[in-house]
Amino acid sequence: MKRLSVLYFLLSVVVAVNGQKYMTKNGYIGFLSHTTMEDIKGDNNQVAGVLDISTGDLVFQALIKSFHFDRALMEEHFNENYMESDKFPKSSFKGRIVNPSPVDFSKPGTYEVTVVGDLTIHGATNKISTKGTIVIAAGEITATSKFNINPEDYKINIPGVVREKINKNLEVTVAMKYAPVENK
Amino acid sequence: MKQLYFLFLLSFIPIGIFGQNNLMDLLNENTPAETNYTTATFKSTRIMNGHSIEKMPAGQLDVRISHRFGTINSGAYEFFGLDQANMHLSLEYGIFNWLMVGVGRGNYEKTFDGFAKFTLLRQSSGVKEMPVSLSVLSSVAVKSLKWPDPTRINYFSSRLSYVGQVLIARKFNQSFSFQLTPSYVHRNLVATEMDPNDLLAVGAGGRMKLTKRLSLNAEYFYLANPKSYMSQQVYNPLSLGIDLETGGHVFQFIFTNSLAMIEKGFIGETTSSWLKGGIHFGFNISRVFTLQKH
Repeated sequence: MKRLSVLYFLLSVVVAVNGQKYMTKNGYIGFLSHTTMEDIKGDNNQVAGVLDISTGDLVFQALIKSFHFDRALMEEHFNENYMESDKFPKSSFKGRIVNPSPVDFSKPGTYEVTVVGDLTIHGATNKISTKGTIVIAAGEITATSKFNINPEDYKINIPGVVREKINKNLEVTVAMKYAPVENK
Repeated sequence: MKQLYFLFLLSFIPIGIFGQNNLMDLLNENTPAETNYTTATFKSTRIMNGHSIEKMPAGQLDVRISHRFGTINSGAYEFFGLDQANMHLSLEYGIFNWLMVGVGRGNYEKTFDGFAKFTLLRQSSGVKEMPVSLSVLSSVAVKSLKWPDPTRINYFSSRLSYVGQVLIARKFNQSFSFQLTPSYVHRNLVATEMDPNDLLAVGAGGRMKLTKRLSLNAEYFYLANPKSYMSQQVYNPLSLGIDLETGGHVFQFIFTNSLAMIEKGFIGETTSSWLKGGIHFGFNISRVFTLQKH
């Protein structure tokens, strides 16, 4: 019986810890393709994400049609020709912070972390690993990261005529400002 | 007791494994359902000759150059029509995302023309369900040919004609889109008493994408006015062609029995017939410039 109560205790701790989730609905993901001919930049300010500080698990999800461009035609081509957003409306990431131990989520500060996980774009999933920065402040957590992806890894076909206008290495920037999720 | 213990132990495992999936579920629960508006029903603002539901977004300028050559049955002496070129130039601009205007000049009857296209409904799914997109097009054309009879009293208003169209389109899937275009044409002055000032027609047009950047297009207008009483034989315009998109340009290659590239001309004044070989080859070139960034 004693053991059972210990287990109950442990269980309640786990549940409580499990409840320490932070969320955002207007995170930012942007990408930049730089070539000497043209810069192509897409920005999405409606990225939803959750960070579980007890496990270091984090996920985010972005609607492809919410990426906006300086030129309307780029946006149309992005959706129609490259991302096929009717077929693949969302991109997502499921991963975790692999070294959460040095991060003290209860103490304000800046921490360098490594995040690994599965990035799904255009229906194709690849493992990625990237460095990121976590800034803890009162009541909010800011997570930022920059990494490169190759469109070909995600089965995004770039025809020869525009090959010189699109960089093979797209620079992706992620910036999320999370607020705590109220426990229900 | 031991069994109970295992049960408890088991109940912990899924939390570890499915943690990220649980987070995804949490995310989905908290993201409100959105409305997904259909985009790119057609590649260009024209299906072939006639307007499509597409419009220039705000701040975008479309420079269009179009040609229709002579009829293919004019023979080798006319190089199958290529010796004669009929052209139309226009500048078209998106003022708001729901309003586009354009001005043009064509050498068909030396006509200046202007139009405004309003978007009233957008096809969408999700929270807001709308099966079709609907736009209204209003255009006016000014014929600037010299008066055939300068001795009579000629009014400027006699040069004018007006067109009103309702464009109703649906993108059925990624590759197939279809549009119906009820049209009304009013001509202030017509050639003879036999010719009606008012014309009613309905257009039907569609596109089938062959690849991401290439599509097959067709367009037909059925003119409801009885043609047999008109002073000259007119035919319903039928156009077949392809859209080819290369980055900032859209090329439309077209085979059609109409020479004019404005509504008033191709709906009411198409005088050659496909069956008699009266086919014009032609093209539209569209180049979009961003004048105002989003």
